[in-house]
Amino acid sequence: MSEPTPEQQDRLPVRKTYKLYVGGAFPRSESGRSYPVTSPSGVVLAHVAQASRKDVRDAVRAARAAFTGWAAATGYNRGQVLYRVAELLEGRRDQLAAEVRATEACSLSLARAQVDAAIDRWVYYAGWADKYDQVAGTTNPVSGAYFNFSVPEPTGVVAVIAPPRPSLLGIVNAMVPVITSGNTAVVLASQDHPLSAVSLSEALGPSDLPAGVVNILTGHTAELAPWLASHRDVNALDLAGLPEEDRASLRIAAADNVKRVYTGRPGSDNRHALSRLLAFVETKTVWHPTGF
Amino acid sequence: MGTGMNLDYAPAPESRDLARLRPAYQAFIDGTFRDGRGEAIKTLNPADGTPLAEVSQASPADVDDAVVAARRAFGPWSRLSGAQRGKYLFRIARVIQERSRELAVLESLDNGKPIRESRDVDIPLAAAHFFYYAGWADKLDCAGFGPHPQPVGVAGQIIPWNFPLLMAAWKIAPALACGNTVILKPAETTPLTALVLAEIIAEAGLPPGVVNILPGGPPIGQAIVAHPGIDKIAFTGSTTVGKAIQQAVAVSGQRLSLELGGKGANIVFDDAPIDQAIEGIVTGIFFNQGQVCCAGSRLLVQESVADEVVASLRQRLLTLRVGDPLDKNTDIGAINSAEQLARITSLADAGEAEGASRWSPPCELPARGYWFAPTVFTGVSQAHRIAREEIFGPVLSVLTFRTPAEAIEKANNTPYGLSAGVWTEKGSRILAMAKELRAGVVWANTFNRFDPASPFGGYKESGFGREGGRHGLEAYLDV
Repeated sequence: MSEPTPEQQDRLPVRKTYKLYVGGAFPRSESGRSYPVTSPSGVVLAHVAQASRKDVRDAVRAARAAFTGWAAATGYNRGQVLYRVAELLEGRRDQLAAEVRATEACSLSLARAQVDAAIDRWVYYAGWADKYDQVAGTTNPVSGAYFNFSVPEPTGVVAVIAPPRPSLLGIVNAMVPVITSGNTAVVLASQDHPLSAVSLSEALGPSDLPAGVVNILTGHTAELAPWLASHRDVNALDLAGLPEEDRASLRIAAADNVKRVYTGRPGSDNRHALSRLLAFVETKTVWHPTGF
Repeated sequence: MGTGMNLDYAPAPESRDLARLRPAYQAFIDGTFRDGRGEAIKTLNPADGTPLAEVSQASPADVDDAVVAARRAFGPWSRLSGAQRGKYLFRIARVIQERSRELAVLESLDNGKPIRESRDVDIPLAAAHFFYYAGWADKLDCAGFGPHPQPVGVAGQIIPWNFPLLMAAWKIAPALACGNTVILKPAETTPLTALVLAEIIAEAGLPPGVVNILPGGPPIGQAIVAHPGIDKIAFTGSTTVGKAIQQAVAVSGQRLSLELGGKGANIVFDDAPIDQAIEGIVTGIFFNQGQVCCAGSRLLVQESVADEVVASLRQRLLTLRVGDPLDKNTDIGAINSAEQLARITSLADAGEAEGASRWSPPCELPARGYWFAPTVFTGVSQAHRIAREEIFGPVLSVLTFRTPAEAIEKANNTPYGLSAGVWTEKGSRILAMAKELRAGVVWANTFNRFDPASPFGGYKESGFGREGGRHGLEAYLDV
């Protein structure tokens, strides 16, 4: 991304093709489309895949296929997998910062701060994976000879619309709490600033995250979000990344199969971070008689 | 019994006078009882189809008035100390207990449910619900929602006819404990106990406007849902209406909690204690005439014991007493309305038409009123409508399975996810099944138990949000 240094002048840089991340693979859009991503000053930085309705369908299918296994993994195991992602991202800090800086046209120090915060978010949620049950679950003192307890369980396949920016921290803030509890995710990256999200997916590919747990699509939000909102095999929607005026039609579509819709709360403290995790869990209550 | 003894029961009816029925009931708005500006209707006794009382229904203009009252009451009520709010709720709980016999008879008259159920389940649980949430009102800081969690504002609450007073308690108690004010619409066919609850609330001295109770039909529900002065909608009812409400609040982005339909699987393994399982199957589908969103309406029985279970179930059904809801010996009362009876009849007919085998015990149904004999379908396939659609009546569909994996697959093969049951003596299997079943409530070696401390609500198209327990506070807090 950065300009070649003088001693590299004689070497032509190898540019990257920015692809989708679906079911653990990196396909181009089945539609064959791509769109240019430019810097704020108008320089074309890359052409990224422009996902279609069929790519959405493939991503949802991959997420559904991954759900049973990921939801059944122990919290300890999920925590280790998330922490491993942080390890891999740590090695890509420079690349990610360069992409954030180029598309958002921010200072390198701001870009680095964003990348570091994004990596630390993975570490933060890695720690929640085997703890949130104890915060959200209860044993319930019912009036009678029963043992009764409530546990949180993942909702299922969650569609996440990442906010336009911060381009990397925004997608990480939205996506990681979703998968921490065992959901699988189909994520629309920031339409205008998708480069770091694609590089994030390239770190997920070789990580221990099972294929399909996270699927990242690049493309036009207005084209793709309605397909996610109306998809019968999507259980929940995170619309926090969209402005309120864009949410109503998606909420209407979501009602068709009673999707849970999260639109977020202001704030970024730890309570807020936990509430994002708990927005995508169901509470299951189990009764059993006691007696000899 | 084989002894030749006559073990039949003599009638033991509870006195209808206990209900203290009045000729007319009014809406409760801003602390006063007054005629609604909608059409007055007669609420019927479903056991014989005769009118019980005239109910003055609200109009959309009454909804406006109630919103003004509830908004005005919200500030002072939400600023009241939790301890004070709690004391009001304790008062309500106590008066429900004191007037429980009256409420039980009134509930059975208006709804058609057996007095045994209204007396032993509906009314005591309604009181317990107020008692439980009363105690939360001054402990919200400790409830796990952060320091000083704030109420949402004015809650619009729409409840069904199957547990009229109990559903009112489920809705009102947590809302008030958290500092909200409420506008509650009871179901069109069962408004009476909610309006007596309004009396109890007035008697308890709650400030005017904190609770408003508006009898009415779907137009009043729509007016509540569409009202810009209402901050949160809580609905219990059918999935069809729930989806319409979710769409209706899409633009406003109002908060919403939905407790919708179900098609619960009650799973019996070959090592289950069969006698207990039979009782659980009966409770699962015939409690409240099967008009229960979490009913165990699909019996999944392991193939090796299917014949034995079905034979025992039929034997047991021969002993069920169908008839006068006010008779203390009655097991199965009346269907709530002609409309519901028509729906049950049509789905049961579809079961026969699609090839399932229908069986009911011989029982003489009363000539007047709305009645449906307990019915068991065997030979049901997953594709049959009676295995897929919520019947909301005393109709059980029996399917079989061979392996736990097949039971899980069949149980979860539904857009609903409210309840499930598991019957087995093997502890590890219970816990594994409980984990795999995609349902909000799993009853293991029991069924259809409820408690104010126990969170209740669905997965998937059975809705979202929980009622009961610590979890039930969240729907009424701005968190």
